[in-house]
Amino acid sequence: MRFVDEYRDPSAARALVAQITDSAGDDEFKFMEVCGGHTHTIYRHGIEHVLPPSVELVHGPGCPVCVIPMGRVDDAISLAKEPGVIFTSFGDMMRVPGSRGNLLKAKAEGADVRFVYSPLDALRIAIDHPERDVVFFAVGFETTAPSTALTLLQARARRVGNFSVFSNHVTIVPPIRAILESPDLRLDGFLGPGHVSTVIGQRPYRFVPDQYGKPLVTAGFEPLDILQAIAMLLVQIREGRRAVENQYSRVVREEGNPRALAILAEVFELRPYFEWRGLGFISQSALKLRREFESFDAEQRYRLPGLRVADPKACQCGEVLKGVIKPWECKVFGTACTPETPIGTCMVSSEGACAAYYNFGRMHREAAVTLGRRSVSSR
Amino acid sequence: MTDVAHRAGSEGREAAVFDRIEAFRRRRPRLLDDVVTLAHGAGGKASAALLDAVFLPGFAGDKPATQTDAAVVVLPSGERLAFSTDSFVVKPLRFPGGSAGHLAVHGTINDLAMMGARPLALSAAFVLEEGFQIDSLREIVADMAEAAAAAGVPIVTGDTKVVDHGAADGMYISTSGIGVIPLGRELSAARVSDGDVIIASGTIGDHGTAVMLARGELALEADIVSDTAPLHELMECLLAAAPSTRWLRDATRGGVGTVCNELARDSDLTVVLEEAALPVRPAVAAACELLGIDPLYVANEGKFVAVVAPDESAAALSALNGHPQGEDAVQIGEIRTEPAGIVVLLTKFGGTRIVDMLVGDPLPRIC
Repeated sequence: MRFVDEYRDPSAARALVAQITDSAGDDEFKFMEVCGGHTHTIYRHGIEHVLPPSVELVHGPGCPVCVIPMGRVDDAISLAKEPGVIFTSFGDMMRVPGSRGNLLKAKAEGADVRFVYSPLDALRIAIDHPERDVVFFAVGFETTAPSTALTLLQARARRVGNFSVFSNHVTIVPPIRAILESPDLRLDGFLGPGHVSTVIGQRPYRFVPDQYGKPLVTAGFEPLDILQAIAMLLVQIREGRRAVENQYSRVVREEGNPRALAILAEVFELRPYFEWRGLGFISQSALKLRREFESFDAEQRYRLPGLRVADPKACQCGEVLKGVIKPWECKVFGTACTPETPIGTCMVSSEGACAAYYNFGRMHREAAVTLGRRSVSSR
Repeated sequence: MTDVAHRAGSEGREAAVFDRIEAFRRRRPRLLDDVVTLAHGAGGKASAALLDAVFLPGFAGDKPATQTDAAVVVLPSGERLAFSTDSFVVKPLRFPGGSAGHLAVHGTINDLAMMGARPLALSAAFVLEEGFQIDSLREIVADMAEAAAAAGVPIVTGDTKVVDHGAADGMYISTSGIGVIPLGRELSAARVSDGDVIIASGTIGDHGTAVMLARGELALEADIVSDTAPLHELMECLLAAAPSTRWLRDATRGGVGTVCNELARDSDLTVVLEEAALPVRPAVAAACELLGIDPLYVANEGKFVAVVAPDESAAALSALNGHPQGEDAVQIGEIRTEPAGIVVLLTKFGGTRIVDMLVGDPLPRIC
């Protein structure tokens, strides 16, 4: 596949791994990839077992599905069960557990829940079904928020009265800051999120080196992108520098996407605070619809339970998200908490740290390396 | 503690956790739901849980059930019949490369063929929704007749029921079939051993991708057609060239990833797949990449995965490649012993990862 295979080239990977191994030397490094898309790439391509043991990757909070607290999922299910409502959602939100079941279960019990690939699809359903009320379950960082904003602008322009949005959009910088503020922090640097940065650019991350003295390299989503970004982090550290750098320059611009940012500002405003699963309440970390869009705001149109549901006690997602423990070190990992019966946030989406580790990485390093060496095609 | 000792200690604990998880995974999944959800029909763990909790206790009693594509019924004469049944609820009824009618015939023929059976005859039952167009029904029936004739397996009996408008999605088809398993033919996961070679009979993911695109929900267009086809002749061709063939499974719902998991579980061995060797059409690979879906889990309706003896693998491949349905057949991996019960993928990029059983239907990812 063009534009994909060249970023998965094994010989280029070997050269980068050699550079990383050499640069890390006898020291140990822990880098956090902020974005769930990175976590997925790392496991899907088996990057962990290719890296030297001296470089460890910690999987951050950037999985938008994973960070939605149980209470919000309960609200979504309550919306889905409203008479006459067609509830639309991205596919991977369907299995996220609330306090009593998930959207798939609500669907099985009779709610009209449909999964869509974009908020525009949800708006299309509303236009096609004027007799029904269509609610879109908006989830995601600055990556997906512009498409929700654009959809709302279209809905307003076309005066679609039977469409509303249940906004759970969140912003990437506050959780990074929350992690940096954590007293048990043990990170040496960050792989910055790729897709989010196409929208917000590089400037918002400057506080990471400036205030906390950690390097951040914005990375793409192919295996070689990840390796190159790790190599760039190590170069900075070895040269005694701490800066924001951009490995994903083929996509990410320094200033981001000003038009997307303008649309975001037109439609959304910051909530005073928002609860993150596993991380707790973080101030100014989520987006709600501005008053001008009140008629499209599901939180205004419907009565929601709005109850806060505490994260299950056994769950150690907060510690996993901060890199304090590895997924397998959690007491319930893989036994009580599995992808089919997730307890915590990180096990929910395939991008979550625990789910990715469970689905793809659950193998002894030694076994992986042995099998890799005896590969079928290399004989 | 020194760093090295710390690391060794941590690896030991990690290993213990893996062992605990494996032990846990070997337990059959428990049924936790009080209503049926779509996941129960997706062929993954939820389906297995429903089977274990509801169907097997009802039908199999205390007998340990072997889960294969078809049952083996031994006649008083000693001859063995393969017997299989399947229902078809595909939406849309028509898709590039075929229709529900083709699937209904091919699906049951293939379930028989994967037992090594020569299919003899099929039955067909229809549940029709009030209001369904007779012309559409005619087309589906014509497709079934054509598929059955081409495969040389007649449809010999059937049934029709009509339900109220809204009680069915147009039409559902159910087919059953019987076939004879020739003497001495024994295909089973128990015969698989270390070093055996895993072959895919052709490109993977075509059917599921074609149907997904045909639903028209994706605003994606690509020239991808379903691979729906009967596999009994290709199976005979393989077994003639590689008589020690151990195991066969058509990679339908859940795809190659799921059948390889069944193989790893039932044989208690490691299935090692090589990503670079997986035959995936560029258009299928691109569509899956865009949707965040792994082609390993996408359904096929005319492809099997075979485990053959190492010394017969070259003969098997050349026989398959010589058959018009097996042109793209290729070795995709091999059997090892450790870690047992697991499917491992050697990635193109040079890494390794597990290919696990799917939890439910593959859901496209958000970003």
